[in-house]
Amino acid sequence: MSRRVLTGLLTAGLAVALTACGGTTKNDSSGTGAAQSTATANPGAAAKEGVKMAFLPKQLNNPYSDIEVSGGKAALDELKGVYKLVGPNDASASSQVSYINTLIQQQQNVIGIAANDPNAVCPSLNQARSAGIKIVAFDSDAAKDCRDVFINQATTQGIGEQLVKQANELSGGSGEIAILSATPNATNQNAWIDVAKQTLAKPEYANLKLVKVAYGNDDDQKSFQEAQGLLQSFPNLKVIVAPTTVGIAAAARYVSSSSYKGKVAVTGLGTPNQMRAFVKDGTVKQFALWNPADIGYLAAYAGVALSSGQITGAQGQKFKAGKLGEYTIGASGEIVLGPPTTFDANNIDKFDF
Amino acid sequence: MSERLRRFASWDTAVILVTVVVLVIASFGVENFGTSRNFTFLLLDLLPIALVALPMTFVIVTGEIDLSVASTLGLTSAVMGSLWDKGMTIESIIPLCIVLGAVLGALNGFFVTVLKLPSLAVTIGTLALYRGLAFVVLGDGAVADFPREYTSWVTGTLGDGPIPNVLVPLIVLALVFGVVLHATPVGRGVFAAGAGEQAARFAGIRTGRVKFWLYVVSGAVAGLAGVLWTLRYSSARADNGFGVELAVVAAVLLGGVSIFGGKGTLPGVLAGVVLLATLQNALRLQDVSNEALNIVTGVLLIVSVLLPNIVSAALRRRRPRAVSPER
Amino acid sequence: MNATKLAPPGADVQLTASPRRSVFGAVFKARESGIVLALVVLVAVTATQNSRFLSGQSIRDILLGTAILAVLAVGQAVVVITRNIDLSVGSVLGLSAFAVGSLMRDNPGLPVIVAVLAGLGLGAVCGLVNGATVRFGQVPALVVTLGTLYAFRGVSYFWAGGQQINADKLPASFLDFGTSSLLGVPWLVLIAVLVLVVAGVVLRNYRFGRELYAMGSSPQAAKLAGIKVGRNTSAAFLVSGALAGLAGVLFAARFGTVDAAAGTGLELNVVAAVVVGGVAVFGGSGTVWGAGLGALLLTVIGSSLAVLDINQFWQQAIVGALILLAIGADRLVAVRVAKALKKRDSHV
Repeated sequence: MSRRVLTGLLTAGLAVALTACGGTTKNDSSGTGAAQSTATANPGAAAKEGVKMAFLPKQLNNPYSDIEVSGGKAALDELKGVYKLVGPNDASASSQVSYINTLIQQQQNVIGIAANDPNAVCPSLNQARSAGIKIVAFDSDAAKDCRDVFINQATTQGIGEQLVKQANELSGGSGEIAILSATPNATNQNAWIDVAKQTLAKPEYANLKLVKVAYGNDDDQKSFQEAQGLLQSFPNLKVIVAPTTVGIAAAARYVSSSSYKGKVAVTGLGTPNQMRAFVKDGTVKQFALWNPADIGYLAAYAGVALSSGQITGAQGQKFKAGKLGEYTIGASGEIVLGPPTTFDANNIDKFDF
Repeated sequence: MSERLRRFASWDTAVILVTVVVLVIASFGVENFGTSRNFTFLLLDLLPIALVALPMTFVIVTGEIDLSVASTLGLTSAVMGSLWDKGMTIESIIPLCIVLGAVLGALNGFFVTVLKLPSLAVTIGTLALYRGLAFVVLGDGAVADFPREYTSWVTGTLGDGPIPNVLVPLIVLALVFGVVLHATPVGRGVFAAGAGEQAARFAGIRTGRVKFWLYVVSGAVAGLAGVLWTLRYSSARADNGFGVELAVVAAVLLGGVSIFGGKGTLPGVLAGVVLLATLQNALRLQDVSNEALNIVTGVLLIVSVLLPNIVSAALRRRRPRAVSPER
Repeated sequence: MNATKLAPPGADVQLTASPRRSVFGAVFKARESGIVLALVVLVAVTATQNSRFLSGQSIRDILLGTAILAVLAVGQAVVVITRNIDLSVGSVLGLSAFAVGSLMRDNPGLPVIVAVLAGLGLGAVCGLVNGATVRFGQVPALVVTLGTLYAFRGVSYFWAGGQQINADKLPASFLDFGTSSLLGVPWLVLIAVLVLVVAGVVLRNYRFGRELYAMGSSPQAAKLAGIKVGRNTSAAFLVSGALAGLAGVLFAARFGTVDAAAGTGLELNVVAAVVVGGVAVFGGSGTVWGAGLGALLLTVIGSSLAVLDINQFWQQAIVGALILLAIGADRLVAVRVAKALKKRDSHV
């Protein structure tokens, strides 16, 4: 036995030594990009009917995603397309990959995806594209070379700056703030947080200090516990900024049932229905969002336009998006929906979503 | 012995028959099932389960169990991602990860054979420990830019056909494991250890050593599965392979291996793997969610152990004088 | 499976006359005091880093977090004592939480006690499924509960269909039950303590309890002694399921927002709590008090990690390491006890 072990070890050692003399590292590796679309757009083409579009949000049991995809369904009804909804119950990228594979099998025409991880979904998205399926990213982008267009709810810059502005107002101009985000790899939250950090570096926000970015994984229970942890670790915390509807709901619920109510402000991005009770009882003074249904609606129209050949995702192309009007594609295939809305005690009763 | 073999030959034949029937029904009944691309996806999906089921068969036949295989897969995937990110060459990473799997398996083996702790509790503990370490190594993120030559080999097929490249090493390994289990003294020792630990030891079989090395092999193969998984999805994540141990144990038990040890055949296990993968693939095409799919797997797991007990109880009642004196 | 058939000989002693009990008494006192010591050290270390850790709000949060785990741990202890295991508790909790949440959301006028009973009932049914399969099917508990872990979870997902129950749709009375207190002690904690006390008393002073210990020590001997092993096994699983169902009600009341994924992965923490608390996986020994302490220790570890700003990812690895340590320690103790008893016997 010992001789066998010895020979085993020797061979293993030899193998490792040989390979150490050179091999492929990540710096040599080429990217995972697939062929970009080389077809030219035909803006005059009629919108195809019967386009099969599947929506794959970050996760299914998320009220925000539910509203988004309902807008997509409404648009597909208008366009006489075929709507399908699939998605994981945990906001994980590997689950999304397996759904993408199934959608390829089911020969969908368009996949609308809010990516949990911009890179992990890339290989299967590219496989879908080589099978002729169009990819519309919405809300949370996938890597640029794996999708045809990206529907952004507002400009990333605008959202990041708004988060900081709200935190500043609520903290009274100075103090410690913390961010309670979604999953650590989420493209959209990370982009907004990057902008927020850059904004915080500006002189007018010199008295605001970001002490921690916590991740609640868009899981209510985890977000609840993370909010708890933040308040335990940072006694002088003034504001919790949660740029995710699950996070802000959980944080508000924790704060309003604890001894920190009224002393620590909660703000970020939330839906009016979830936040109404907390706005009325003073836990949350203001927060922001846009109409998520419009994102899904715009994504569906973009998907059908791609499928019909009206656009290919190049900058400057235009297409009509039903009741939302005409949209122009920006750089890197990005399509911006519009500016965000601030909600507070004065206007919250006007909205129902 | 031949009578027992005959009884289990019949369970295995039954499983193989059922698998063929299900494949035929699915090809005609389920839309998009019978395409060559789906066939490729089906084989790619079942690859990690088939791989891990090979040593798991041995482990369960000896009367033990290894629930930590999925966590070993996850930890090797996480380490692979972490090392790749730090700039190590892929040619060094792959063998290193397989060795890591072997080490993790050796730890299991140590607890079970040297400290003589119950394998169920030990592997539940290592299930948690290894998965936890995977998260410590890689956190919640993913490493996704693996070299195209490797990832496209793993997802690619032989020529232009539907047969995936990775099927070749799988078939080779299955043949090796099958021959060892059914036609070598090592395999006979494994069956003996499962049928009666003390008797086997008195017969001169070093059950402790056998079980230890089985755990090492189980870990190494899980490590290999982790590497292939990472390359297939081109994504190293700490939660890769989550829940795979259920599918593996279900497939092995479905294939006729007795949970009490001492009985089972490898062809039966392979049929069980294919059956399970086919059911999952067909249902997924019918838009059944991944989680609802687990009902099927969970029920199949219970049924695969319940059924033999019910059948043998019914047989016993029908032939009350079946107790033969030679036993 | 072969490994679990050989129980350490020392464990058989549990039921015999009192002179032998002193050996075991000493052993258990050592185990539980070990956990208390670990707790004290951990709390002290964390509190010196952050004094807020011992504040009223923080203690309240820890106790609330422990309550749910403790209820689950009591049920699991009952099953493990009989030399079985119940891996489906997380899924039963999730199913119960979702069912009760739906019930309260659709019938806001219902009193909270109805929710509690509904959870208990649903959990009991699930437990009965487990127990019957183990008893009549002669299938090992591992396989059954591994299967039902996924089967019950699948049922939750199938039923929930991707929707979740939101806290803002649940009646305030139900949510208050989750957060409010009676004389300063939160309701959830009171219920957990009640469960602990009842279970502790039954296991120690009633025939049913002693029979469970006997079955875990030596199933063959128990059967020969006339104990209705099958019926007691089903009862043990019923208790575990019912308590998991109760834990689901507490979960829904505490967190408010429930989806089909509630409780996923909890079974690992429950097994850890029970094993760390001194309930040996061989069966036949351990107390629910130990299991409760184990639950408290695990919750405090989680909180401490957050407060000490240590990477939260270590938590699961620590749980795994604790399980391994605990069963290793149990084995060591059992070997030592067996040696001591052998020495004693040799003097006869």
